[in-house]
Amino acid sequence: MVLLTRKIEFAASHLYHNPDFSPEENRRIFGKCNNPHGHGHNYTLEVTVAGEPDPATGMVLDLKELKDTLEREVMQRMDHRFLNYEVPELAGQIPTCENIALVIWNLLDPRIKQGKLHRVRLYETPDLFADCYRSGSDGAKAR
Amino acid sequence: MSPNAQNGAVKIELGRRYRFAASHRLHNPDLSEDENYRLYGKCNNPYGHGHNYVVEVLVSGKLDPATGMIANLADLDGFVEREVLQPFDHKSLNQDVAAFRGTVPTTENLCKEIFRRLKPFPKAKLERVRIQETSNNSFEYAGDNPEGFER
Repeated sequence: MVLLTRKIEFAASHLYHNPDFSPEENRRIFGKCNNPHGHGHNYTLEVTVAGEPDPATGMVLDLKELKDTLEREVMQRMDHRFLNYEVPELAGQIPTCENIALVIWNLLDPRIKQGKLHRVRLYETPDLFADCYRSGSDGAKAR
Repeated sequence: MSPNAQNGAVKIELGRRYRFAASHRLHNPDLSEDENYRLYGKCNNPYGHGHNYVVEVLVSGKLDPATGMIANLADLDGFVEREVLQPFDHKSLNQDVAAFRGTVPTTENLCKEIFRRLKPFPKAKLERVRIQETSNNSFEYAGDNPEGFER
């Protein structure tokens, strides 16, 4: 099995706020991420696909197709957007690195036809990231 | 707040990088001076030398729907600060860290010591510790977790 990774970058704004919490709780739990006007990050996304290279092409999957999928599913949806208000998949959720990575996993997983989505790693900053993997025995064995 | 759809089919880990600077000397008192030098080379210099260590800590757990988090970063940062950064930053690993009085402070052993210190983190499950000793050398330890290195 070979792993192939494609990296993209996008810029977006967000804020952390749970309407079920009091203003004090929101500030205590989310700190400066609770600023009502939001703030932004340069996100770096690494998408890893696992598979056997096709003997005819030598490829696990056509990188052009992966690039197009990432453009359509991630860039157009999230780049230069306010994640809380403009990304329907994140509606009703706190747009943490974990939740955004999970939304991206769920968007990409059904759309990768050659090979199998192996890992989604989303960096919010160079020192903070979230990883998604397939869980359960299927995922562990596939790795 | 509603839980993220299909959360159950996916395993999520949170990764955080920390930095500290420390000195060490690789030396085994059971070996002769020549043997130590042959084995450890310039890392055996009697006065030690230092590195800017980068420690990557990976934890896993369920996403709390109310916060969207595996663990609050303030909790993780505070725990790592207390358990690792305060005792290790700007210290001599050989002389200032009790665990290395009888153990050679290679970065392999440093990984295991930092894993041991962070394992009790109460808010999430520690999966892996990865340390960059320099930008060219890195080491990882996943404890007894058989799946730890399959990712």
